[in-house]
Amino acid sequence: MAEMEPIDREEFRQEARAWLKANFPPALTNVPGLLFQGDAHAAAANADYQLWRQRMTDKGWGVPTWAPRYGGAGLTEAHGKIIGEELAAICGFNPIRSYGTMMLGPTLLEYGDEAQKLEHLPFIASHERRWCQGFSEPGAGSDLAALQTKCIDMGDHWLVSGQKIWTSGADQADWCFVLVRTDTERKQGGISFLLVDMQSEGIEARPIVLISGSTHFCEVFFNDVKVPKGNLVGEVNQGWTIAKRLLQFERNSLSEVKADITPLAPLAHDYLGTDALGRIDSPDLRARLVRNAMRHEAYMATVRRLAAEGKNGGPSHGVSALKNLWSGIIQERAELLVEIMGADGLGWAGDPYGAAEKEATRAWLHSKAFSIYGGSYEVQNNITAKRTLGLPG
Amino acid sequence: MAVLNEEQTMLKDMASQWVRDRLPVTALRGLYDHGGGGRSGSDGYDADAWAEMAQMGWCGIIVPEAYGGADFGYLSLGLVIEELGRTLAASPLISSALVAASALRLAGTQDQQARWLPGIADGSLIGTLALDEGPHHAPERTALAATASGDGWTLSGTKRPVQDGMIANLAIVAARTSGAPGDRDGLTLFLVPTDSAGLERQALDQVDARRPALYRFDSVNIAVNDMLGEVGKAADLIDAIRDRAAIGMAAEMLGSATQAFDITLDYLKTRVQFGAIIGSFQALQHRAAELFGELQLTRSAVETALAAIDADDPALPALASLAKATAGETLHRISSQMVQLHGGIGMTHEHDAGLYLKRARVAEQCHGSTAWHRERWARLNGY
Repeated sequence: MAEMEPIDREEFRQEARAWLKANFPPALTNVPGLLFQGDAHAAAANADYQLWRQRMTDKGWGVPTWAPRYGGAGLTEAHGKIIGEELAAICGFNPIRSYGTMMLGPTLLEYGDEAQKLEHLPFIASHERRWCQGFSEPGAGSDLAALQTKCIDMGDHWLVSGQKIWTSGADQADWCFVLVRTDTERKQGGISFLLVDMQSEGIEARPIVLISGSTHFCEVFFNDVKVPKGNLVGEVNQGWTIAKRLLQFERNSLSEVKADITPLAPLAHDYLGTDALGRIDSPDLRARLVRNAMRHEAYMATVRRLAAEGKNGGPSHGVSALKNLWSGIIQERAELLVEIMGADGLGWAGDPYGAAEKEATRAWLHSKAFSIYGGSYEVQNNITAKRTLGLPG
Repeated sequence: MAVLNEEQTMLKDMASQWVRDRLPVTALRGLYDHGGGGRSGSDGYDADAWAEMAQMGWCGIIVPEAYGGADFGYLSLGLVIEELGRTLAASPLISSALVAASALRLAGTQDQQARWLPGIADGSLIGTLALDEGPHHAPERTALAATASGDGWTLSGTKRPVQDGMIANLAIVAARTSGAPGDRDGLTLFLVPTDSAGLERQALDQVDARRPALYRFDSVNIAVNDMLGEVGKAADLIDAIRDRAAIGMAAEMLGSATQAFDITLDYLKTRVQFGAIIGSFQALQHRAAELFGELQLTRSAVETALAAIDADDPALPALASLAKATAGETLHRISSQMVQLHGGIGMTHEHDAGLYLKRARVAEQCHGSTAWHRERWARLNGY
């Protein structure tokens, strides 16, 4: 898409600022549970959220670059960036942002047929249909192509049987995009990409309790599930290509770290005390905190630099290196936070642990997922080595 | 890399080409004695190449136009320095065109600027900063004494290492006019021609074949007009100069680290062991991927710091320390891995890996080590 003239940008910024100010309900500032893929039931029950979602849907600004017939506003990437910046400036959030907008939507725009786009994109653009991603399987973690979920062509429909795992939000999702095996002779070449209604008979989603106590992920069982023929995206056995593209969209969205995080220094002063020079009273922990904070600052500068350099807007392979840097820095930070709190950073429930302490414990445990989901640390390094650095094999 | 304007892109391309043609690593090798240390009689740089650099206007990139420069900004100068760092090109560009020029820009009177900057800009005069007095960067520990005498000052004491000290014509010298070593108050900067009576210079034989100097001041007389900035109040000025120096070093280190990585990556793609190209081994692929990530952080930190000088960003001190510490850690790691991944050949003087390793350690110490800048960043950020 063509870049706008500078003068248009400033005008549009003013327009966006005014509209967002007039339409974003201030009561939604700092309501974490409703942010990206939050609790669907809580969202449904929150009138402000529903109002905000409807206003953004009508404006098409949840997915500003999509065509109006798909529920977007038909704007350029530059417009979309301005909307995001102005939204961040008022501590607002995009109520439409979801796996649908970040992953399936862009994929359907490239590989879906017109009927599929019209059937699904408007509902993604209004966030009326929540999507989950049926990729991982118990026997195929990072070796995604080893998946076994069977899909048989029954003439007038597909018949799907198998099990998925680590399916985020499957218990609250309306639809699922699933990788299925349509050819058992070939590995990558035998996979297809299917859209499945979660209300279909034979589907069961069971939440999995994690080490952090949360139940974000599910196991999903497919027991002879009938899926209409029209729900296949692209060609039969073309699913691997489509999935790789979708995973690029996912990696790109994972690298979108917008907000800076709170410095740990004041907290460390409170918990550990300070020496005569006002420094954190543990030379070793202080040194590690400083190094982590500096890496974080350099990382934020890198996100800004790559955004400034990214003229084409398409997914880049360098994103894998970025994802690993981010997971490393944030995981280490979570460890350091618990360490600052000492034994009080290891409480699970009840007294004498404070809310922030219990949250830190769970955040630390949850952070272990950062280098596993969206392609593990090792898989990302393989991608960097082969695609970005051109190493063989 | 940063989004550059057309002139900056041209400057970078030109520097890249010139450095590869004129000062490839083999040129540095010529400054070495066998295995290590500087070749006897060497000044640690190539005077003819320096004249060419001056001819191209590189010495005046940050010098105001009124004094013969281009006033083209620190990011632009950083681009050139980065390219020089790629081939370990030895020149006084940082000492003179960046550090000395910065000092004069920051605090020089009109007369002082008119007297010194044109020479720095056209390369006929080489400036340097004589700040440290021992193996560790510690400006507040300055002991070199300046005592009032007549209408001027008399300097006595020593400085080391003075970067490019044997070829410098002008040294910007930090001295103590009051207080005791350790105090921030009482520091004063002086502009000292290196041919001043009583100043004795000794070349230091350093691992990277460059020739920093040990300066001995024995009652060197300085005119009152040759004081830079205010008497006794130079600590902040020294910080500001050193920040620019550290960022310049970080830009050089970014270039060296980038090139060391590129050379190593090429080796991983061609060297065969156990019947396979070693770059196909996952253990080595992952190491390469991680080093690539570190390089990304380093480039961002360095370019952000360079841009912060041009923008007069109040966060400059912290960004300078971020850049120097990040570049220090990254170059240390990559230069060590360059030797490791090349195996035995990487241990030989014949191979370039050792030259990158040696320059890396010198650059790390120069204008504040990684540890020093981490500590400073910590203080600036309340840790």
